Amino acid sequence: MTTPDLLYDDTETDLRDSLRALLSTVDQSGAKLWRVLAGEMGLAGLLVPEELGGAGAGHRVAALVLEELGRAVAPVPYLGSAVVATTALLACGATDLLRPLAEGEMVAALAVPFSQSPYERSPYDGAAETPGTITSVADALSADILLVPASDGLWAVDAAGVTRTPVVSLDTTRQLCDITLDGASGWRIADAETGRAAVRAALTTGAALLASEQLGVASWCLDTTVAYVKERRQFGRAVGSFQAVKHRLADVWVDVTQARAVARYAAARAGEAGREAEVAAALAQAHCAPVAVHAAEECVQLHGGIGFTWEYPAHLYLKRAKASAIAFGTPDRHRSALGQLVDLTPA
Amino acid sequence: MSANTWEALVEELLARHPVDGDRLAFLRARFDAGLAWVHFPVGLGGLGAPRALQAVVDAELARAGAPDNDPLRNGVGLGMAAPTILRHGTDAQRRRFLRPLWTGEEVWCQLFSEPGAGSDLAAVATRAVRDGDTWVVDGQKVWTSLAHRARWGILLARSDPDAPKHLGLTYFVCDMTAPGVDVRPLRQITGEAEFNEVFLTGVRLPDDLRLGAPGEGWAVARTTLMNERVAIGGTPLPREGGPIEPLVRAWRERPGIRTPGRHDELMRHWVRAEAARLTAARLRQQLAAGEPGPEGSAVKLTHATLAQRITGFELEVLGEEGLRHDDWTPLRPERTDVSNRAPTHRYLRAKGNSIEGGTSEILRSIIAERVLGLPR
Repeated sequence: MTTPDLLYDDTETDLRDSLRALLSTVDQSGAKLWRVLAGEMGLAGLLVPEELGGAGAGHRVAALVLEELGRAVAPVPYLGSAVVATTALLACGATDLLRPLAEGEMVAALAVPFSQSPYERSPYDGAAETPGTITSVADALSADILLVPASDGLWAVDAAGVTRTPVVSLDTTRQLCDITLDGASGWRIADAETGRAAVRAALTTGAALLASEQLGVASWCLDTTVAYVKERRQFGRAVGSFQAVKHRLADVWVDVTQARAVARYAAARAGEAGREAEVAAALAQAHCAPVAVHAAEECVQLHGGIGFTWEYPAHLYLKRAKASAIAFGTPDRHRSALGQLVDLTPA
Repeated sequence: MSANTWEALVEELLARHPVDGDRLAFLRARFDAGLAWVHFPVGLGGLGAPRALQAVVDAELARAGAPDNDPLRNGVGLGMAAPTILRHGTDAQRRRFLRPLWTGEEVWCQLFSEPGAGSDLAAVATRAVRDGDTWVVDGQKVWTSLAHRARWGILLARSDPDAPKHLGLTYFVCDMTAPGVDVRPLRQITGEAEFNEVFLTGVRLPDDLRLGAPGEGWAVARTTLMNERVAIGGTPLPREGGPIEPLVRAWRERPGIRTPGRHDELMRHWVRAEAARLTAARLRQQLAAGEPGPEGSAVKLTHATLAQRITGFELEVLGEEGLRHDDWTPLRPERTDVSNRAPTHRYLRAKGNSIEGGTSEILRSIIAERVLGLPR
């Protein structure tokens, strides 16, 4: 098995530059930013083939977009709509919904808790009594369509007909909501078997590409902290000249370097049929989630007092990193799945 | 270098020298054909070809059953002395040293560290005093792997005690058979004596064994050290290769060692090992694409941590077996290879990984200062 290309190509490098420029200028109200990203730049359709109205650019490019969105902790539903819901719709062959999604005219969300891993069943799937609400769903507040997994298949539900209650979320840049479905109208887009496979594929791809967002979070934390400790002076010298500080940042740099290789590997394998894409996704979450949390925690600590304040953005990155480590299953859940996938069983 | 050319050279080599014939004759002919290290210049064992071609050539010759040069027997020579001689040596030095180095006829050792100069290598106190066309060397070197097998040593000595620390050094090739060279075994944590102390007393080295100009020894030594750290991450590993290999093998073969607590720890190690492997693969891709990144210094740092954690966990998992060592006698190993030893030996030997070739603390400082640009 040869290792796929883990570097960035010229297209990706160019896209990174324009995204970074955009994200540093646009005010961060999510709606306006989303119009530019999805509408003008056409980035919501990267995973959708050209004949279905998308760009057909693939997972590596989408991962690059997420990396930059992570660096900016941008409050846009890219992961939920352009990656997770799009993957589910592609797996169901629901082409009529893909075109408006790809063109940025519509936002969709998979109605499962953000913490749900690819290895477990959805709340409505197989339950004796259907729960009244689905809790802690990501990217659903701005969604037009909700994809609801149920025992008899995957349903598309008009979001206007359900009750969405915003959650006071740990991660304030990715607002969650609770959804009450009673009486909502919808139509079935896949039978039970196809729907279940579609949800698993969507959550696996979400886990794989979330690693790039985590990479972006971690690299912002590293870059910002390095810049700060060069400037901040105590005891008559830059605090970055103290070895205790240097060595902690060297370790974060090593972590980020590794996370980049792992995240690029997951992006390269994402969407492939077969076991290796699942190995890559589980590896990516098991590795990159703790790296982002550690980088954000070091960012807070090494900034000292200012890192603990509400006005300085470090807390946004810590909250994004910690919430992301719970999203799509915690690292231990992925380690456990990985054991099964590579024939290292617990007993 | 077109694909046809190297294939023709391999074919011609195999046609003229049967792989089951004289081993040394084959290796010499391989060097002369430019198939030893293809990225070296023509006439010095190479073809001036991209480094990546070497793996292809090696695989082709291995498939034909050709003997190799047993690289683990001459790690310092191949990984450190050779690139330094190529970069800083005279034409005569390159022609004299590189061929028998590559074939393994002449083993090399490294005379850098001293009792008073470990991490602070530029503090070496071994003196080299010029006496006409020769230099007289006096001092003590330590941690010298394979000095007892070596024909030559790469030597860093102080030639000008009045110059600033980094500017008073000169780099030599030391003749290990010269009078005044005294090699004594240094027994280490594993019980064996892989290393040596080397006492140099009035050793006379002709000036043509000097590598680089007098006073420029530090610059030459940096070439050696850079190559040392690159060499450690340079070999591609398959998934589950390296220190984790015996651990996952034991886990699969012996259901009795499996517990839920250990399983999560096993998978933590698996994830770290795979992340390190992919990082090294990405580094090689960067080098091949001509965009060298600073990841090289991280590869050695991670390798040391991984090897220590994994071998430590392996002992605990093995339980009673982890109490039993294979051999405490002061063996004198000829190769830097631990695969045939007990798990306890792996655990103890790995303790050296974060000390040899730059301690993990020094590597962190290098990353912080040279990569992140933090002030000294």
